[in-house]
This record gives sequence, structure tokens and C-alpha cells, in this order.
Amino acid sequence: MKSNNMLTRVLSILIMFSVLLTACGAPAATEAPAQTEAPEVTEAPATTEEPAATEEVPVTGKMYEGVTVNLLTFVGPQVAEPLQRRGPDFTELTGATINVITVPNSELYQKALTDMATGTNAYDAFLFAPSWIVDFAPAGYIEDLTPRIEADPAIEWDDVAPFFQDFNSYEGKVYSIPLDGDMHMVYYRIDSLEEAGLEPPKTWDDYLNVAKTLNGQDLNGDGEPDYGSCISKAPAQQSYWWIWSIAAPYIQSQGNTQGTFFNTEDMTPLVNNAAFKRALEVYKETGQYGPPDETNQGVGDSRGLFISGRCALTIDWGDIGPLAIDPANSKVIDKVGAIVTPGSTEVLDRETGELVPCDETTCPYAVDGVNYAPYASFGGWAGAINAAAEDKAKDAAYAFLSYMAQPAQSNADVVVGATGYNPFRISQFEDQQAWLDAGFSQTAAENYLSGIKASLNSPNMVADLRIPSNQKYIQVELDRILAEYIAGNLTTDEAAQQLYDSWEAITDEVGRESQLQSYKATIGAP
Amino acid sequence: MTSELQEPQPSRLHIEPMTSEFEEPQPSRLHTVIASVDRLAGSVFIFPTVLALLLLSIFPLLASLYVSLARFKIAKGGFTLNFVGLDNYQKLFIGSERTHFLGSFAPSTPLSWIVFGVIVMALAIFLARYFLNTRVSIGGLVGRLLLTLGLGALTWMLVHTLWGDGRLGTVSTTLVYVFVGIFFQYILGLSLAMLTVQNLPGRRFFRVVFLLPMMITPVGVAYMFRMLTDTSKGPFTPIWQALGLVDFSWVNNAWGARTAILIADIWQWTPFMFIVLVAALESQPVEPVEAATVDGANPWQIFQHITWPAILPVSMTLILIRLIEAFKIVDLPNVMTNGGPGTATQSLTYHAFINWRGLDLGASAAVAYMLLFLVTFFGMIFVNLIRQRVVETL
Repeated sequence: MKSNNMLTRVLSILIMFSVLLTACGAPAATEAPAQTEAPEVTEAPATTEEPAATEEVPVTGKMYEGVTVNLLTFVGPQVAEPLQRRGPDFTELTGATINVITVPNSELYQKALTDMATGTNAYDAFLFAPSWIVDFAPAGYIEDLTPRIEADPAIEWDDVAPFFQDFNSYEGKVYSIPLDGDMHMVYYRIDSLEEAGLEPPKTWDDYLNVAKTLNGQDLNGDGEPDYGSCISKAPAQQSYWWIWSIAAPYIQSQGNTQGTFFNTEDMTPLVNNAAFKRALEVYKETGQYGPPDETNQGVGDSRGLFISGRCALTIDWGDIGPLAIDPANSKVIDKVGAIVTPGSTEVLDRETGELVPCDETTCPYAVDGVNYAPYASFGGWAGAINAAAEDKAKDAAYAFLSYMAQPAQSNADVVVGATGYNPFRISQFEDQQAWLDAGFSQTAAENYLSGIKASLNSPNMVADLRIPSNQKYIQVELDRILAEYIAGNLTTDEAAQQLYDSWEAITDEVGRESQLQSYKATIGAP
Repeated sequence: MTSELQEPQPSRLHIEPMTSEFEEPQPSRLHTVIASVDRLAGSVFIFPTVLALLLLSIFPLLASLYVSLARFKIAKGGFTLNFVGLDNYQKLFIGSERTHFLGSFAPSTPLSWIVFGVIVMALAIFLARYFLNTRVSIGGLVGRLLLTLGLGALTWMLVHTLWGDGRLGTVSTTLVYVFVGIFFQYILGLSLAMLTVQNLPGRRFFRVVFLLPMMITPVGVAYMFRMLTDTSKGPFTPIWQALGLVDFSWVNNAWGARTAILIADIWQWTPFMFIVLVAALESQPVEPVEAATVDGANPWQIFQHITWPAILPVSMTLILIRLIEAFKIVDLPNVMTNGGPGTATQSLTYHAFINWRGLDLGASAAVAYMLLFLVTFFGMIFVNLIRQRVVETL
């Protein structure tokens, strides 16, 4: 009996070992099917050698039958909505399924990066900030799209405004396809300013003056006092971009190659000086003429307030234009003007760190003594492809991004405010018909498009920061310090000093020389 | 025979050779192998579980410890983790993250000295009593010294950040959420439990109603309270307007925002205290209560001398569970205030999340380790000094 007991134990152990061995051997077993799928892999290079597939999409149809493209982007409804809406149309045309996965804006960079860096590669394509390609392209995470674009006449690449072509490129190669063009502008209530005998603001001091005058007045006829200025200032959202629109004309006056974020001599941050401190003060003062919970408001909140007629002024990307003509939600149809972000009559002297008056030397591009520096913040949502995705998925992903960017789709999307897409093609600025068809009046269309064109054509335009770790400089450190500043936890001097120190620490961490070279390359500095 | 058989056998493994000694004086090779295998059986059977535990808990803990001592960097085709020693911890205590982590320290005032002095005196008395009244052991001494130093340091931080020109860091804010939140949750939970164990009409209905907040996902609770505290668009707008609070916002003021988060947290977690305390109250024996009533004891005396001691052990466990859980608060500040105004409502978990989002994985892991240290510190204090004594005195 004892022997039987022992044998039972021995047998149990043997069975358990065999189970363990089987379990350990499992990966080998799962690899086998991958090998049996070899024919699919061998087909792929042939497909990638024919990137012109996009133009054939409507003709050939079902060429990506069975292929699923996992596309990661920011939580809708804006931005993700057109992808989700047009995905089924694309499936109908090509057979490829577009699976749009969304995450909060503040987590998008991390999700994309960790997915590719750890080799998880759960996503085949991304719709994110083109400024991030400087992190992803050198690491080989994302696909060089240049050959595909060159072989794809349907995308009409030459029609994409040169600034956006450049912004989606790294070292001369295109890594992302723009579906959106972003440029900050100031929007104002034409009727309210006229009634008060005020001119649209030319400088940030004018902006404060208009906001102060109209704050507390009833701007939408509901008998309640309204606000002079609405700017979303919630931390961890998008508040860090507004401050740069205010700071830009105080800091940069000699064109984009001069550099707005860093000194092009030694990569020291241009924030601990009178110009940036003045911008901080303006930014904080706007809060006095805004809604009480402005420090907790996101872009959606401030847009909602503006189109419901509760604000005299706001700063935003191009979205306000189409949103303001939406009869379902807007109470300010044909009452909204769009202008280049205000400028300054003083500019930073980089030797002394003080502000000096504008003259022909200090502000060569000034208009009527005002130095403008419109800021192309963010650069617009752009699609990139994971270099480690399967070839079929890459082809289908490119075809979908091209489809979305092609004029037939894009021209319809940029005129709708809810899409979150703004014009980025030359034809979209030149041809007003699509805007008129969308419901713009002739005046509103001219006003809106001229505002964007004036910004894009400015010789002193400021491009967003595009150096490695730009997300950490702007969306982490600037965001945190700005939140502390408007909460009253830091004085202007402390905020400027803390930002300077934290940016210096990042630069030292990443490498000063490489960051300097990268910064100079992205702004075209000598 | 008897002497050999009566010898106590230390383990089952020894039985086999002894038995075989009787049957076969020279054990065969097969039996030796079987005996060896049998000896290994226990270890082998337990091995998969140990492996699973190591993989799921110990290795990640060690891996994250290494991450807290390293710096993450994007590299060609992947990433690198470069060892940087204690740099990430240094950043939290004396570097660029100090204000964010520990807060902004105001200059000492007479009040801060008085409060700090009182706490230090209490800690000194606690140590002195240990030396005078009990047998000193090395473990006990080290534990008490660590406790004294830890509480002393935390007191110093709190008295310099809680008032005056000081500003709370994420450590102090988390402590406020934990201790203020649990205090009110327990008081309210106990009050509601006492009410619903009375023979009042509709008590079954209210038991279900009081449980509802616990069933809602924390993000849902956070959005609901964000809406309720919105003075311009929320459902209470007419009330705020009637009170003249049109231009007021909870989130413009650091303590206003923290209070809003605490109210939401208390609302959500009071039901947890409530349901366990209802069970504790209902399971106490009725005879002592009846006897006390017959003897003329009033309700307060019955609660103080019978009910309270009966529910105390359950209460201590309940508080310990909530203590550990409450340290991890993140969803409410994330949704309700985005951590603002400034960083006023950020908890330690939120702090770690912000560092993670900025790709500073090392600093994020360092914050997470400090959180682990704090939870363990307070958990140990609670278990060793409070709960044990309370249970012993019963």
C-alpha cells in the first residue's frame, strides 16, 4: 500500500512536470502558426513597393480585405469623430477595418511611446501632435512616409501649405500626414466692440483694455453680466499654449530663425526675462475678466461660453470660426471677428533681458509700430504609422490617412466645427465656396480665412517647439508652473525662475549640444 | 520495538526509512529514489504557486525599485534605463520636485513651535514610558525610534505647510485626504448604522439607499461632484445665486477645492463603513443590552459600555482597510480639479501619474515607493500600537 502511495506521488510529479514542460513550450507552439502565415509576409514587400495604392483605392476596392488598422488618438468627439465617421466608408472601399482607439489628450504621448518603445506595437497608426515626431523618428518608431507620398498623386501634397509640410517632416523626410492645420487667433464679438466704440485689439494691452471694458456687461441679451475674456486655463489640458501666444511678440521680432523658446547661442531658456514676465502678467490679468472657474476650464468650456455669447474675447485655434456659424448651438452667428493674435510695441533685448521699444532695427516686421508674432501652436493633428506594424497594416493605414487628407474628404471636414480639423491646404484658404456652402456668410468667410492667412503669411510667425522631450518642456513643466502661478502660489519672478531652472534641468538631462543642434535645425537658425 | 516506535517522529519523511528498516534492512535503490522524490514532492507542488507569486508581485516590486534608481531614455528601436543612484529621491527631497512633493515651508512662528513642541513632548513621553515600563528589545527600540523620527518629521512638515505662507505638497495633501476623510466616513457611517438598526419605518429601504454611492464608479462620482460644485452651470446654480455666490468657484481656492474632493470622497466611502458597522451592530449579543436596560442604563451608557466595546475590533479593522485604500486616491482630484488650483489637490498617486505622463518614469517610481513607505509606516503604527492595544484592553 505504501508503495502504491509512493507510485501515485511519483506519477503525480511526473504529470505535473509534463504539464509544466508543456506550458513552458507553449510559445514555441504559438510561433509555428506565424511561420505558416509566411505567404502573407512574402506578399507584403510587394505591396510596400507599390505605395501608390492609395490612388487606386476607389478603383480596385477590397484590396485590404481582412486587414485591421488600430489607430490611436485623443478622446473625441473632436478629432476622433471624423475618423470614426469615415472609417466605415473606407472599409466599404477597401475592405480594411479602421479601429479607432481613444485616450485622454494628456496620456496620448505616453501611450504611443510606451507601445512602440516596449515593442508591444498594439497600434498600427497614430493621430497625434506632429511635434512629437522628433522623439519618435530618430528612434525608428515611425515610418518614413516620403516614398509613399511621392507615389500618391491623390493626396495632392503640393496643395498642403508649406509650413505644414515642413512641420510634419524631420530631416527632410515626411513622417506624418496633416489632417488639421493649427494656428492661434483671437476672436472677438464684432457687435459688442462696436457698441462700446472699441477697436479689435492690436496689442496685448489693448486686449486687456477691451476685456476690462466689456467684462460684466450683458453680451447675449439674457440680462446676466458676461465676461470680457474667456481662456481655458485648466492644468493638464491645453493652457500651456496660450501663454506662448502672448509671450511670442514680446520675445521674437526678427523672424522664426531668431528663436522664441531658447537662445540659439547656448540653449538657455528665454523665460527668465522682462518679456516672458510681462506675458505672465498679461495671462494672469485676463483671469480677472473671465469666468470664476476659468482655472478649471478646458478648451471645450471656453468655446461653449464664447459661442453662447458670454464672452467678448477669446484665444483659440481655427475651430471657433465654424462653431460660431452652427445655428444649432451658436448665438453669435455673423457676430464674430477673427484677427491675428495681438502684438507688442516693446520687444526683448536679449543682451540685457529687458524690454525695449520697437523701431526699425528691433522690430523690422512691425506693422504700425506693433510687432506681431502669430504662433502655430501644436501644428495640427497629423497621422503617423508605426514602423513595426505588419506591412499590410502599414499599407492600409497609409491609404486611410491619405484618404482622410485628400481634398474630397478634408474640404468637407475642415468647414465643420465639431470635427476639430482646421484648414491646412492652400486651396482651402483660397477657395471660399466650401465655406459658403457650409453656412458662412461672405463677410464671415473672408474675415475668418483672412485671419488665418495673415497668421500663416507673417514673416515673424512662431513655430511650436519641436526638439526631443518637447512634451516634457511644455506639457509637463510649463503646465505645472503656469498652474501654480495663476493659483497665486508663485510670484511672477518665482514662476519665471522655476521655469528657467526646470527647462535647464531637462536640457542638461537630454544633452545640451544635441538639443541646441536640434532646435536650430527646426527653426532654420544658422 | 516499543522504544523505537514510541519515539516522536519529526516529520512524515522519516517514517519511510524507519518502516523499511523493519521490512528490508537494506533498502533497495528504487526505494531510495522514491524516498528522495517523495521528499521533494512538497517543494515541487508548491513551486508553481511560489513562481506565480514571484512573477506577479516580488519581481515587479524589485523592477520598479530599479526604475526608481534609473532614468528612462528613448533609444534607437527601444529605450534605455540608465542607473542614476538616488537622483530621483534627491529630486523629491532637495531638488526640483521638493516644493511639489513636500510643499512650501513657511518660516517658523510661535504657533508652529508650540504645536511642534507638544507633539515632540508626546513622542518623548511615549519613548520614556517604553524604557521605564517594559523590557527593552532591539526590535522594539528600533521600531519606536523610527516611529518617533517619522512622526516628528511629518509634524515638522505639517506645521510649516498647513498655515501661514506655507503650501501643502502632495504628501501633506494625501495625509489630509486620508485622515480627515476617514474620520468623517467613520462618524457618519456609525451614525447611519445606529439609525438603521433601530426599529424605524423604512429602515430596509434606507439601507439600500445608503449603499448606493459605493456602487458607483469613482470617475462617475467625480464627474457628478464636478457638476454639483459648478456654480454657474450646475443644478445648484439657483441656490448659489440666491446665496450671492455668482462669481465664486470652489476650485479657485486651494482649501475650497480640497473640501469639494473630501466631500465627494466621504460621500462615496461612508457606505463602506456603514455596511460593515451595521453587521457589527447586529451581531452583538442582545442579552447585555437587555440587562443594562432593565438595570436602568440610558442609551448613551449602553453605547459607551456595551455597544462600543463590541464593535471596536471590527472598527479597527475597518479603519485599517480604509487607511490603506485612502492613500491611493487619484480619480477624484484628476476629474474634479485636474489637480488644481496649481497643485493644491494633487495626491501622491496623482503626483506619480504626472511624472509618468512626462516620461519621468524614475521619479514616478520614486514617488510610488515613498507612497508605499508611508502606507507601510502608518499601517504598522496602526496595527502594532493602536489596534493591538485596543483589542488587548477589551
